[in-house]
Amino acid sequence: MISTESRPRLAAKARLRFDRKSSRYMLLYPERGLVLNPTAADVLQRCDGLRTVGSIVEELAQQYGHEVPAVAREVMTFLQTMTDRGLVHAEV
Amino acid sequence: MSEPARPYTLVAELTYRCPLRCVYCSNPLDYGRHRDELDTETWLRVLGEAEELGVVQLNLTGGEPLVRDDLEAIIAEARRLDLYTNLITSGIPLRRERLARFRELGLDNVQISIQDTDAAGSERIAGRRSFDRKLLIAGWVKELGFPLTLNTVLHRENLDHVADIVALAEQLGADRLELANTQYLGWALPNRAALLPTQAQLTRAREVAAEARRRLRGRMEVLFVTPDYYTDLPKACMDGWGRRFIVLSPHGLVLPCHAAHSLPGLHFDSVKEKRLAEIWVDSAGFNAFRGEDWMPEPCRSCERRATDFGGCRCQAFHLTGNAAATDPTCHLSPDHGLIETARRTAAAATPAPFIYRTARRAG
Repeated sequence: MISTESRPRLAAKARLRFDRKSSRYMLLYPERGLVLNPTAADVLQRCDGLRTVGSIVEELAQQYGHEVPAVAREVMTFLQTMTDRGLVHAEV
Repeated sequence: MSEPARPYTLVAELTYRCPLRCVYCSNPLDYGRHRDELDTETWLRVLGEAEELGVVQLNLTGGEPLVRDDLEAIIAEARRLDLYTNLITSGIPLRRERLARFRELGLDNVQISIQDTDAAGSERIAGRRSFDRKLLIAGWVKELGFPLTLNTVLHRENLDHVADIVALAEQLGADRLELANTQYLGWALPNRAALLPTQAQLTRAREVAAEARRRLRGRMEVLFVTPDYYTDLPKACMDGWGRRFIVLSPHGLVLPCHAAHSLPGLHFDSVKEKRLAEIWVDSAGFNAFRGEDWMPEPCRSCERRATDFGGCRCQAFHLTGNAAATDPTCHLSPDHGLIETARRTAAAATPAPFIYRTARRAG
């Protein structure tokens, strides 16, 4: 399970790419790709295996000017989904 | 017709040459007639044109792509264009140093096919010894830090081994396991009586795969592709004709799927003569089955027409003689009896002998 202490990183098979056609980031992996909304892209760009979920949340809360708890809920739910899909690995 | 949407994936069939002779090979039966493979310069040009058009995924396949000695140049250019590049290989003609070089050049993923869970079963399908070599190479893939996809084409002789295939994939540290039932086109169609499983086999295997998917969630992606002969609904073949995929044949034909040039009366263009963007938009072959205007009933008024796009055009042709017919795998197709007969035959049959892939067979 994802916690604020987890240090998420992209799975070896997944790679971010900026897509000129849609002006969005895509997460590419074998035979598939996800077109990311700007928040999802901001989260995944910070999944470097060094930052904790807590620090990613703080950075984004500051960047968006939103409350930490609301950003935390959104980020944790998204990262849990990505972890279950094997696209993000979270080391505690 | 309105401008087609962008393509996402280029399937680069670099060659039809292959050391294996698999009885379900998707290459055309007359592949031996096709000569004059595209040269390196043309492939590199086409990669750039594909990226310009919107392609973000590149599958390097064949035949066996490793038999081309310019794979290094192709991988390097794909990386320069920031394409996600997947090498789909038998793994047979490969040295460790070459694989390490692919890693440096930026290859993203390696997909290795495993025919069965033991040497004898594998060789019976592939027509030559290959199993031990494949395990060795799968090990190299992981050691060098690549993600590994393991792919097994399923049929009546290995469908009961799915639990062992999953175990083997776990042992090899695969990131992704594709359990894809045979599509009955190419070499698989003349071998259908020997390959088509029974409903009971399929149901058991699907349960095993579903259990593995739950257990391995987050660690290994487990895909199970049901054969459309048993779904009573057609597949959205290639996500719809000319919608998301471009297949480029070894000699330069631009196709909506790897079997499209087996359909008579359709004209496909070559990258030797035209630019990819022009072909994607204007090619008569691509436009033949885009949209819904071509659809017969029951597709035309069907609520699933934007879900399955009428199914597979090649399957429609090879089973009914009419490429514009409803895919006979659909229970609403007037030709669905052909599928029901094949299923009954599978349930009753003593399996037929295999016909192995060979360049000498008349097409």
